[in-house]
Amino acid sequence: MSIHDDPCAHCEEMMQPYLDHMLSEDERVAAEAHLDECDWCRRRYRFEESLRVYVRQIVSEPMPVELKAKLAALRLPLE
Amino acid sequence: MAEAPPDATRLAAEARDRVRFEEEALALSDQVYRVARHLAGSREDAEELVQETYARAFRSWRSYTPGTNLRAWLLRILTNLNIDRGRRSQRAPQMQPLEANDYYLYDKLAESDGRPTDEDRIVERLSQDDIVSALSAVPHDFRDVIVLVDIGDFTYQDAAQILDIPIGTVMSRLHRGRRILKRELAESVAEET
Repeated sequence: MSIHDDPCAHCEEMMQPYLDHMLSEDERVAAEAHLDECDWCRRRYRFEESLRVYVRQIVSEPMPVELKAKLAALRLPLE
Repeated sequence: MAEAPPDATRLAAEARDRVRFEEEALALSDQVYRVARHLAGSREDAEELVQETYARAFRSWRSYTPGTNLRAWLLRILTNLNIDRGRRSQRAPQMQPLEANDYYLYDKLAESDGRPTDEDRIVERLSQDDIVSALSAVPHDFRDVIVLVDIGDFTYQDAAQILDIPIGTVMSRLHRGRRILKRELAESVAEET
């Protein structure tokens, strides 16, 4: 399917590979050309990008300090 | 002064290599834990899993090839241990209903807000609880890939090696897993409004 058949539907299909930098050069250019002129898709791409950053920040928990000490204690003694 | 016997030299070199390995592995423990936390079901499980992983890694350090990706090597041990712990008994991926399209969550959040909002701020309508519980509701096969790529920052190639699956499978599980995650998030928004 060409991007001209239903540009927004095709743009949606390209969103994940676009954000993962997995599109071919031609596909990337086509996606960006559409995003330049389509506010509707552009908003959704920007949202997806922020969602990924946000999820990553939210779910990142620092390791408990005691666990770090327990791991160091697992080292084998030198013979 | 007499030279050290060859055996002693070899043992000293091996001890040095081992200490270096252990130090490099320990320096990665924060990153390993961050991924383990969401591969395992709970904080306690994650802590146990990381300890088992390091115990095994320290025992089998000789099978690590210096200069290769140590973080991926540790995660490979960790995911195998996690599978051995029997977590596969949980719901199978094919039982999942079909998820909505990629734009669905945005549309849901924007619509529930009722006024035009900055896209960067719309995500803030999702609470920490929404996100943590939505991620834990994603079936394991999909969640493993999301956690490795989107949270652990592994490449598709590394994720494929860690999970021992083809790279095409990593890509399809990632795509579908992200949709399932967004569907879960959209449901949590719908429940709150």
